[in-house]
Amino acid sequence: MSDTAPATVGAPAADAPRPEPRARSRGALRLGLARAAIELKMFFRERDQLVFVFSFPVVMLVILASIFSVQYHGTQVTVSQVYVTGLIGAGIMAVSFQNLGITIAVERDEGALRRLTGTPMPGGAYFIGKILSVLVIAAVEVAVLLVAGVLFYDVELPASPGPWLTFAWVFTLGLAASALLGIAASSVPRSARGATALITMPFVVLQFISGVFIPFTDLPEWLLRLSAVFPLKWLCQGMRSVFLGDKGAVLEVTGGYELGRVALVLAAWVVGGFVLCLLTFRWKSRRDG
Amino acid sequence: MTMAVRVRGLRKRYGDVAAVDGIDLDIAAGEVFGLLGPNGAGKSTTVEILEGHRRRDEGEVSVLGTDPHRAARSWRDRIGIVWQTAADTPELTVAETVRHFSMYYRNPRDPEQVIDQVGLTEKAGTRIRALSGGQRRRLDVALGIIGSPELLFLDEPTTGFDPEARRRFWDLIQGLAGEGTTILLTSHYLEEVEALADRLAVISRGRIVAEGEPRTLGGRAVAATSVQWMSADGPRTVETDTPTRVVLDLAREFDGEVPQLTVTRPTLEDVYLKLIGATDE
Repeated sequence: MSDTAPATVGAPAADAPRPEPRARSRGALRLGLARAAIELKMFFRERDQLVFVFSFPVVMLVILASIFSVQYHGTQVTVSQVYVTGLIGAGIMAVSFQNLGITIAVERDEGALRRLTGTPMPGGAYFIGKILSVLVIAAVEVAVLLVAGVLFYDVELPASPGPWLTFAWVFTLGLAASALLGIAASSVPRSARGATALITMPFVVLQFISGVFIPFTDLPEWLLRLSAVFPLKWLCQGMRSVFLGDKGAVLEVTGGYELGRVALVLAAWVVGGFVLCLLTFRWKSRRDG
Repeated sequence: MTMAVRVRGLRKRYGDVAAVDGIDLDIAAGEVFGLLGPNGAGKSTTVEILEGHRRRDEGEVSVLGTDPHRAARSWRDRIGIVWQTAADTPELTVAETVRHFSMYYRNPRDPEQVIDQVGLTEKAGTRIRALSGGQRRRLDVALGIIGSPELLFLDEPTTGFDPEARRRFWDLIQGLAGEGTTILLTSHYLEEVEALADRLAVISRGRIVAEGEPRTLGGRAVAATSVQWMSADGPRTVETDTPTRVVLDLAREFDGEVPQLTVTRPTLEDVYLKLIGATDE
């Protein structure tokens, strides 16, 4: 192999004077897009994970909706419709917080992050790649749930652009906040082995108190107050405003969807998550020092 | 001569333990330099400091004219690191991975040529998860050299290789050295360092205990040579500084062939074991 190798490879200088565009193509955004592409390739090729991520919320939906298949008193809203919206919120957070947080923890533990720091890749490209790939995965997740909701649980897609606009910003803010929190949380576990437990645990609790698994109408006041601190409740509330519309508003604790507050809390978590990332993110695992 | 690496008085402590305890090092551009030492001697810490992956406590370090700790992104363009195998990106193919990493560099080599150079052309379309350990290692090398580095760090590159794979790997490294790449190699395989390195340093307990060419390290060239043969009374061994004269005398004595004659200079291993043993008091 190697006897001829030096001759075929030649000195790198032989084709040295590279045109400028080559250098420009190494910007964080371009590389971030390239990273998003390989991140997605990896995600969609890993079949076990793929099946789990996309089928889990649907399975939960089928189970929960068949246990509680009733209509709320004095409304035209069914419990299963509420579940669809709740699981959309939870699905977004599962992909961005749970999945992303665990993936990064594993990458750190296996030395993938360290390998990247040995290259001239700008750090920003890594995060752009992660967030863009999570965005695509979350969009697919939401689409899967909506298809199931429309086909089996009488979910009606909004006909006017207004709710879709709301959907766009709730989705974006909720995803950004969850992804940033996921990136920050990835630094908590000491090893890949601990990552699943440490990151899944708070997320499961959050789903119970934020009205995903248990209808938010059945939660005691103090739990509602607690969940109001975290982004998931607001993400779900925003999604209810989109897919349940006016007929569901009476179910809300305050009798309305409080979209201003949804925006405020989610935006605050975006900022807070960003600060947490800056404070906690590590490229190296603990044993790398 | 331009220096690729210049280190003066390097120190690094972990708690009470001095992992690196005052090291000086000079590696000329174009040189293959071996850093040899037992586990825990401070090899990896030293290399990680030179790579900019670890902070030092004391000392001056210049790698390609830059302090690695303050180095900009452009400095990373000029160095290559071959990591001890990482299991990342198992779902990507060899070609996808090498091509992707080439995008990070200002002046990358051609991905296909690099894949060919490390002998993975037949595996270019194979997912990394399906590669053998040796093939993954060669992929690690491909990722280390894709940016056409001026300086390449090779940390224990052939751990876990079978002998044939190791030979091929050596050929690869010699090819890179022939192109003028400066290489810093750490290993605990002595024959590897002997085969590849122009110069080497032996590190033990955070200090360099010997430095030189593999041939002459630790007085190896002038150390006593042992001459063995079968005398009428059984096997005989003589340690001597003048082996040629001993053999000539023997030839005269036996009037021709000396039975079972061997002349042995101390191997690098003998010298090495003496060097690291010497600090064991």
